[in-house]
Amino acid sequence: MSEFLQLFTQYNIIGAFWVNIQLTLWSALFSLILGVLLLMMRISPISSLRGLAGAYVEFFKNMPLTIIMVFMVLGAYAQLKLTFSDKFVVNFFWLAVTGLSLYTAAFVCESLRSGMNTVPLGQAEAARALGLGFFQSATEVILPQAFRGSVAPLGNTLIALLKNSTVAAAASVATETSSLMSTMIEFHANSIVGIFLIFALGYIILIIPIGLLTTALSNKLAVRR
Amino acid sequence: MDNNQTETSVLFDEPGPRGKRNIRIANWIGGIVVVALAVLILMRLHNPPDGENQLDWQLWLPALDFEAWTDFYLPGLWMTIKAAAVAVVGSMIFGLLFGIGRLLPSNILKGVSSVIVEFCRAVPVLMFMIFFWRFFAFAGVKGASYWAVVLALILYNGSVVAELVRSGVGNLPGGQREASLALGLTRTQSLMKIEVPQALYAMLPAAVTQLVVVLKDTALGSIIMYTDLLQESRRLGSMYFNILQTLVVAGVIYFIVCWMLSELAEWLPSRMQTRTAAPAEAEPMAPIAIMDASNVNQIAVAKELGEDHYGGAPRRYHVRHRGSNATARGWRKDRYMQGYDPNHPDILPDQHHIELPEFPELPHPKSSKTKKDDKGDKDKQ
Repeated sequence: MSEFLQLFTQYNIIGAFWVNIQLTLWSALFSLILGVLLLMMRISPISSLRGLAGAYVEFFKNMPLTIIMVFMVLGAYAQLKLTFSDKFVVNFFWLAVTGLSLYTAAFVCESLRSGMNTVPLGQAEAARALGLGFFQSATEVILPQAFRGSVAPLGNTLIALLKNSTVAAAASVATETSSLMSTMIEFHANSIVGIFLIFALGYIILIIPIGLLTTALSNKLAVRR
Repeated sequence: MDNNQTETSVLFDEPGPRGKRNIRIANWIGGIVVVALAVLILMRLHNPPDGENQLDWQLWLPALDFEAWTDFYLPGLWMTIKAAAVAVVGSMIFGLLFGIGRLLPSNILKGVSSVIVEFCRAVPVLMFMIFFWRFFAFAGVKGASYWAVVLALILYNGSVVAELVRSGVGNLPGGQREASLALGLTRTQSLMKIEVPQALYAMLPAAVTQLVVVLKDTALGSIIMYTDLLQESRRLGSMYFNILQTLVVAGVIYFIVCWMLSELAEWLPSRMQTRTAAPAEAEPMAPIAIMDASNVNQIAVAKELGEDHYGGAPRRYHVRHRGSNATARGWRKDRYMQGYDPNHPDILPDQHHIELPEFPELPHPKSSKTKKDDKGDKDKQ
C-alpha cells in the first residue's frame, strides 16, 4: 500500500490525466466547430461544397488515427515545418490537438447528420412555406432540433475522443497518461497490474459522468413527438 | 444515398433562374477555394523558398519502387491483416459469450458479464496494449507485441460486439420471445434457439463496420513496436529520409482497405434483412448502457415513429425494445424517457374522426320477441 502511495507522490498521475482532459476539451471545441461547418456544407445546395465535405468525412472515417498523429509530427512538423510554438512540449500538444480535431470532426459531422434524421420532414417544409431561405431554415429550424436529437451520438463521440487522446503518445506528447503508464511500468515492473488498474480506474471515473450526463441530457433535450 | 438526397433536397426549394445562377457562382467560388487549398499544399511541398522540397522524385521513388512493396508495405500489411483477422474472430467469440451472458436470466452471470463488458468499453485500447505488451514481455512470451495487439483489440471490440448482440436481441419484436415461451421453451432456450440466431443476422452489418475499427486500431500497434504497415512505412521512411512520402503511401493503403470494408457493410443490410425479424442496420446503434435500462437511442425511436405500417395510424407503443429487452418494471416511465409521450395530442386517437365500421344489421331482440309474441298470440288465436 505504501508503495502505491509512493507511486502517486513520485509520478504526476493527476497531471497526466489533466493533459488528456485538456487535449480532449480543446479538440472537442475545434472539432465541434469544424463538424458543424462540415454539416452545413454537406446539406447545402452547393454541390462542390457537398462533395468536399463528403470526401473529408469519408477520408477520416477510413483513416487510422495513429497514422494521422504520426503524420502531424513526422510529416507536418518535421518535413513541412508546421509549428505552433518554440517550446517543444507546447508545440507537440497543439499538433496532437490539430490531429485529434481533424479526425473527430468527421465523426461529429456524422453524429449531427444522424441527429438530422430525428427532425421530421414537415419541419423543413414548414420552414420553406414560411419563406425562410436555406441558411435561415437550417440555422433556426433544423439544426437546433438536430442538435437535440444527436446528444447521444455526440456524447459517444466525446467518450471516444477522450479515449483517443491517449494516442497523442504517437504525436510525442510525453506527459499524457499512456506514456506515463509506460514509463511507470518500466521502473516498477512488480506492481504492473496495480499501475494498470490505477489508470483504468481513472478513465472509468472520467467516462461514467460523461455517459450519465449524455443519457440525462439526451432524455431531457429530446423533442417529444 | 437516397436518404441523403431527400434530406438535402427538402431543405431548399427547386431553385429558379436567379437561384441557379447564385448556386453556380457559389459552386465556382467553392471550387476555387478547393483548388487554392490544393495549390497552397503543393507549394508547401514544392521547392524552396515557399516549400520544403518534398515533391522531388528522388524522395518518391524509394517510397514507390518494387523493393519498397516487397520488403516493407506488403509484409507490414500482412502483419496488420494477421492481427486484425485473429482479433476479429476472438472478439466475436468474446462478444457472443458476454453478450449472451448479459441476457441470461441468472443475476450473477448478468452482473459479472456487465462489469467485464463495461470495463473493457471504458478503458482506452492503447492502455490495454501497453499493459499487455509489458506484461507479456516480462512473462517472456514470444511475439509479445503481436499478442498484446490482438488481446487488446479482442477485449475492446469484443465488448462492442457484446453490446451489438444485446441490442440485436433487444430489437427483435417481443412476439418472438412470447411465441417461443408459449411453445414451452424456457427463457434460456428461447434466447439460444430463437433470439440470438436472429440477432446475429441483424448485427452482421454492424459487425463489419466494427471490422473497419479493428483494422484502424491495429495501427496503434506501431506505438508498442509491432511491425505493422505503419511501423514498416516509418522504417522505410527513416532509411531514405522520405517519411512523408512513405506515410502517404501507407495512408492510401489503409484507406483503400477500410473503404472497401465500409462499402461491404453498407451493402449487407439489404441481404440480411430477409433472415431476421430485427432491423439490420450498418451503423451500430450506439447503446448507452449507463442509466438507461432499455438502451433506447433517440434516433431509433424517431425513425420508428416515422413508420406507419400498413398505412395505418402511428403506433401507440414501441414494439421494439431497443437494447436489452429487459424493462418490465416501470415501462411507462421508460417509454416516456425514450422519447415517446403518451399524452401528446398527435398520438392520441382523434375521437371525432373515429370511423366505426358498418356492421350488418342484426334483428332487434325486442322486435323479434314481439314477433314471437305475436306468433304465440296467433297460435293462441
